[in-house]
Amino acid sequence: MCGIIGVIDRSRREMDGSHIRQALSLMKERGSGEGAGYAVYGCYPEFKDCYALHVFFDNIHDTKGALDETLRRWGEIVQDEEIPTHDQPNLRRVHTPWRYFFRPDPKLMSWSPSPEDDIITHLVMSVNTEKKGVLIFSSGKNMGVFKASGWPEDVADFYGIQDYRGYLWLGHNRYPTNTPGWWGGAHPFNLLGWSVVHNGEITSYGTNQRYIQSFGYHCTMFTDTEVVAYLFDLLVRKHQLPEDLAMKALAPPFWDEIDRMDEKERELDTAIRLTYGPALMNGPFAIVVARPDMMLGITDRIKLRPLVAGENGRKLYISSEEAAIRRMDPDVGEVSMPRAGYPVIGRVES
Amino acid sequence: MSIGAVPPRYRISIDRDQCMLCERCVENCPYGVFRSSDGRILIDSRRCTACHRCIAMCPRDAIDLKERPVDYRSHPLWTREIRESIYTQARSGKIILAGMGNALPYPVIFDRLVLDACQVTNPSIDPLREPMELRTYVGKKPSRLEIQKDDKGDVELLTKLSPNLRLETPIMIAHMSYGAISRNAQLSLARAAKEVGTYMGTGEGGLHHALYPYQDRMIVQVASGRFGVDIDYLERGAAIEIKIGQGAKPGLGGHLPGEKVDEDVSSTRMIPVGTDALSPFPHHDIYSIEDLKQLVRSLKEATEWKKPVFVKIAAVHNSAAIAAGIARSSADAVVIDGFRGGTGAAPKVARDHVGIPIEAAIASVDAKLRDQGIRNEVSLIASGGIRESADVVKTIILGADAVYIGTAALVALGCRVCGNCYRGLCPWGIATQREDLVSRLDPETGSKQAANLIQAWTHELSELMGAAGINSIESLRGNRDRLRGYLLDEGIMKVLDVKTVGA
Repeated sequence: MCGIIGVIDRSRREMDGSHIRQALSLMKERGSGEGAGYAVYGCYPEFKDCYALHVFFDNIHDTKGALDETLRRWGEIVQDEEIPTHDQPNLRRVHTPWRYFFRPDPKLMSWSPSPEDDIITHLVMSVNTEKKGVLIFSSGKNMGVFKASGWPEDVADFYGIQDYRGYLWLGHNRYPTNTPGWWGGAHPFNLLGWSVVHNGEITSYGTNQRYIQSFGYHCTMFTDTEVVAYLFDLLVRKHQLPEDLAMKALAPPFWDEIDRMDEKERELDTAIRLTYGPALMNGPFAIVVARPDMMLGITDRIKLRPLVAGENGRKLYISSEEAAIRRMDPDVGEVSMPRAGYPVIGRVES
Repeated sequence: MSIGAVPPRYRISIDRDQCMLCERCVENCPYGVFRSSDGRILIDSRRCTACHRCIAMCPRDAIDLKERPVDYRSHPLWTREIRESIYTQARSGKIILAGMGNALPYPVIFDRLVLDACQVTNPSIDPLREPMELRTYVGKKPSRLEIQKDDKGDVELLTKLSPNLRLETPIMIAHMSYGAISRNAQLSLARAAKEVGTYMGTGEGGLHHALYPYQDRMIVQVASGRFGVDIDYLERGAAIEIKIGQGAKPGLGGHLPGEKVDEDVSSTRMIPVGTDALSPFPHHDIYSIEDLKQLVRSLKEATEWKKPVFVKIAAVHNSAAIAAGIARSSADAVVIDGFRGGTGAAPKVARDHVGIPIEAAIASVDAKLRDQGIRNEVSLIASGGIRESADVVKTIILGADAVYIGTAALVALGCRVCGNCYRGLCPWGIATQREDLVSRLDPETGSKQAANLIQAWTHELSELMGAAGINSIESLRGNRDRLRGYLLDEGIMKVLDVKTVGA
């Protein structure tokens, strides 16, 4: 199960979090009260040049000093503070959520074409694998993930999600089977600007995970969803594939279809399948992926999970259920069902 | 005092009430077990190899075979095989030759691995109702694609792909040379390969002109004896395979006993009639990995870089590092042949004691190539002891792109795994060149049977994938999460990178 929803305003007009909270609550049946989360883009305009690192500490006393020290070795902590929270009767607080506004020193990875991103990726991977009691779960600029174990409205109220404003929102309501109750296992998953919400179970996880690890990524969250974020990062950021072609790597057309294409397209699609075969995601999934300049939804190649899309003016909605979209925006027009394996993409206007 | 006779291995008896004296057994047994005299069939059980030809051909089911009718005093250390090897060598002073694969009772890792299936949280996929993709491309792949998108959104692919073999099923037929097996056996397998959309190897025996119609389905082999190799041969093949070693006898060269070298074999292999074809242990122009690279590139140069070049090695302790070296040599695929791989003839001591099982070898090669970030750039083909479709699935999960089947393909032609291939008297017309025996194998029937086998396995493969919720073979490859070790020790599970059942 799991319920997912995403909205982007292509003209970058901001929305507060109250609507997505309502939409997600409507899909209560898709969750079990053991994980929910939100991602919001555009929420830290005053720190828009800094990476906003959201961290779960098990215990500030033992672990924060070491993380501060690591971060200072790689750059400057512009500001850090506890993420404001409001205790909820049905939500058991097991971590202290913290945020850092951090500026990495690009000179420390001067060989890289994108030193700042690579420093952050390295920090996330190494802190999450090596440091006990610390988990960096959000690391983009001018965006943030807020998640915990609980029902969607409780998690929203815990963080005061209605008080954040952004032009792009993702929400996820979880029915966990792998790691129930663990805050790190709630969605969205994030790396740099990439955030992912996911409904499904990736049967090719063992292959995808080993592939992505051979490029230096480390899967630390014990769940198949994070691999999606890393695959996006590899294909789009590192390999510079256009998003629609990156999608073809993850959910390619069947060979039957490819065989019927004209020569040029066939050659391209064959090359994608040959080169990125280990990135193909198998099994049931519907995902919505966000980046500061776009939002994208896609399902597996035979659409074993629901996904619908609707538009209202400059706003694009993607969700597991039409009702959730209509709850969020009663004026939305026709809600359509995208074809299996074909992406729905909304981009901000430049 | 001489050693005297050892006990017969098999005892053949005939139910005289059933026997109708048709003498089919006499005609069919090339080893001379049966003889007809004065209206009675006489039996010499000592000549029997348990090839079952007589049993299969007897219209009355009158023939019975017992293994070890008289045995030695049992002893856990001094087994019958050990004692008999000593008697044989005490008489001959020679190396003992044997056929087929490793015959010692090592544990079979495949049989301690179990597959996964979907329940509730993700649906299984029914291959009768949904597409199921087994198509496999064997050959070099780019590490990434360079793509240019122009202002109009048109996409230009800048990366040039290397030639790959397109397989409709990840099951290929292994290299078994003309000489080791008969022309009709090769013809049967080649037709089957064509029918099911896969490829077969020529072995180190050249390409007989009767096989030319199937050359686009043949992978031609260049081994240390270079038998049958010339530019015409290289150009005919769909791909070229350099054989460094073979699982049945790692480190050793090929053996084709002179008895099997008739006119036709001689001209195809380019050696004199009746001579033993003994390939050298190493290639005399390959003494290091850089020499191998030169040969790979020379073969590519000779064929204008139009054909993939594979390199086959036996599974040995250091296979992973060796394969990583090969992957960097411009080779398009690495073939790893496990120690259960079959052979027409090998010294028994090498067959039974040298090398490692394919399960461990392929897993460690796959892991090493991944560590080095080059796994997907080269294909991995596994062989040696793959007996059924479940073994194919497990091998792919352990990291192979495709498998070669040798013994299993011969069994589909009728082979009873009697292990006397090196004697050239194969009663099933497979491992022989004697015209009367060869003609027993009809390529029409043989090809149908071999094709049936591969198709049946392919169906089973689809079902097992569907049960695991996977509809494309690339999602099975290396997907260790879908495999569990059942009472395997921790060391081997670490090598295989699988968890225990229940974990």
